[in-house]
Amino acid sequence: MIEVKNLVKKYGNHLAVDHLSFQIEAGKIYGFLGPNGAGKSTTMNIMTGYLGATEGEVLIDGHDILKEPEEAKRHIGYLPEQPPLYMDMTVREYLEFAAELKGIGKAKRAEEITEIEKMVRISDVEKRLIKNLSKGYRQRVGLAQAVLGFPEIIILDEPTVGLDPKQIIEIRELIRKLAKKHTVILSSHILAEVREVCDYILIISKGRLVASDTPENLEKMLDDHTTVVIEAQSSPSEMRLILKNIPGIESVETEDAGDYVTWARIREKKGEDVRERIFRAFASAQTPLRTLKTEGTSLEDVFMQLTQTDTLPEAFAEKIQREEAE
Amino acid sequence: MLAVYKRELKSYFQSMVGCVFVAFLVAFTGIYFMAYNMTAGYPYFSYTLSGSLIVFLVGIPLITMRSFSEERRNKTDQLLLTAPVGLGKIVAGKYLAMVTVIAIPNVIFCVFPLIIKSQGTAYFLADYLSIGVFFLLGCVYAAIGMFLSALTESQIIAYISTFGILLVLYLWDGILSMMPGSAVSGLVGVLILLTAVVFYIWRMTENPVIAGVIEGAGIIAALVLYFVKSELFENLLSRLLGRLALANVFTDITTNSIFDVTGIALYLSIIAVFAFLTVQAIQKRRWS
Repeated sequence: MIEVKNLVKKYGNHLAVDHLSFQIEAGKIYGFLGPNGAGKSTTMNIMTGYLGATEGEVLIDGHDILKEPEEAKRHIGYLPEQPPLYMDMTVREYLEFAAELKGIGKAKRAEEITEIEKMVRISDVEKRLIKNLSKGYRQRVGLAQAVLGFPEIIILDEPTVGLDPKQIIEIRELIRKLAKKHTVILSSHILAEVREVCDYILIISKGRLVASDTPENLEKMLDDHTTVVIEAQSSPSEMRLILKNIPGIESVETEDAGDYVTWARIREKKGEDVRERIFRAFASAQTPLRTLKTEGTSLEDVFMQLTQTDTLPEAFAEKIQREEAE
Repeated sequence: MLAVYKRELKSYFQSMVGCVFVAFLVAFTGIYFMAYNMTAGYPYFSYTLSGSLIVFLVGIPLITMRSFSEERRNKTDQLLLTAPVGLGKIVAGKYLAMVTVIAIPNVIFCVFPLIIKSQGTAYFLADYLSIGVFFLLGCVYAAIGMFLSALTESQIIAYISTFGILLVLYLWDGILSMMPGSAVSGLVGVLILLTAVVFYIWRMTENPVIAGVIEGAGIIAALVLYFVKSELFENLLSRLLGRLALANVFTDITTNSIFDVTGIALYLSIIAVFAFLTVQAIQKRRWS
């Protein structure tokens, strides 16, 4: 459906997108995830034909966005980060203009606009000037514009930024509804949102694609070690002494919390469960154990590891090597 | 294209800019009309119109300043550029909307010669031709203004730069009279112009070989011509640059009743060039 090959975008000397390649298949919700300035918006702007790429190509349904722009753009509805609204128009006028711009026939126009207005719930503000609308309504008008003409691909750049929690939930529901008939690509720097809505996540950092998979697989990929966190009434050295003889522990980090209380993060060896052993060891040493809990890898950790550090975690480096070999 | 045209035209009259422009131009011309044609009894409306030329300098930038700069500032250009419409059509739609706004006062002007006629003799051919050329001149100014608006994000900068350039063009005859007329100065002027063009080519292509070859060939050609036929270079500068005094085609009609067909061709080609440059300016921004 969409094929992005070796995309590079330079702003002067700054490399905003660095040899990015991926494919988008029909009928799924894709999430672009990355910290601010990772190149998400730039990539979307190139995919929709707003910007030109320094190198590489984007194929929309087989049409190159630069060589056959009109044909390629017909398949895309785009809501940029800042909704492109004309403040001096009413909602209805604006949508009529957008529909005409997208080449929707005169006969179908009114009906389709009414349908979409109902869908994004802006029917009651259709006669108001856009400049008098709140941020949430403006966002929805922008969304209505992207959905106009029901293009196969709908690209949304940070669709929920600046909305209140209720509006965020509404927009997410709407995105799910749209995904039944369309391919939706959205970007966000909020992880919870992407996990909530998307079938497939593309994590982008410093203009490069660092991981792409389903949310479950991404979590699994780092989940080969479990960490046990304990809190006990002892000094760090006493705690290390107790833990020293327990089999199945790979490493221990201790932290003195003062008042004769110590926290420790214990990394298990692969396939071991040391919780019971720890409990018994502390019990026999007559040291009160105040907390004992496990920490799995969350998508949050994956995201942090991928975007905050310069080196890729082993599992991902291996996967990328495998893919390149293929 | 029609969608952009309709939206622009509506927005001119919703935002009052269009109304102010039309009202200002018609009111100003009306005052001149009262003074020259009614009170003083001079039968040529074209003469009155030449007085209104100065209003164009103030008014045209008012219409053109927001055309592309505001789109860019509000990021509404993202809607236009990601829609399945060619850039040329977007520029054409916007330009035609400006042309329509400029046409409105000119249509109103068509009434004035009839008023003169009702009071005695009127010179319809000169009057209507001058209205037509006046309108075309407005279109030329609008094309220049549109191009400058596409270069910046700020309406104010677009306004001031357009006004400045139109003012220089308006005063061009006076500026030209200060140019030296000797053959040597003609040669120097040609070389300066050549170097400017070559510098531009070098910046655009980043190819020093092409630029160097063109510069070298140009210098040799100019020098050979100078030594073979030096009288060619006499008054060359004012002849070359004299064409830039755009309003002359119009004032020829109003003051001397001379209609210059090549001037009309010049107007149309300037419009085409600036419309093309506007498209290029927007394209270039997508790649930088």
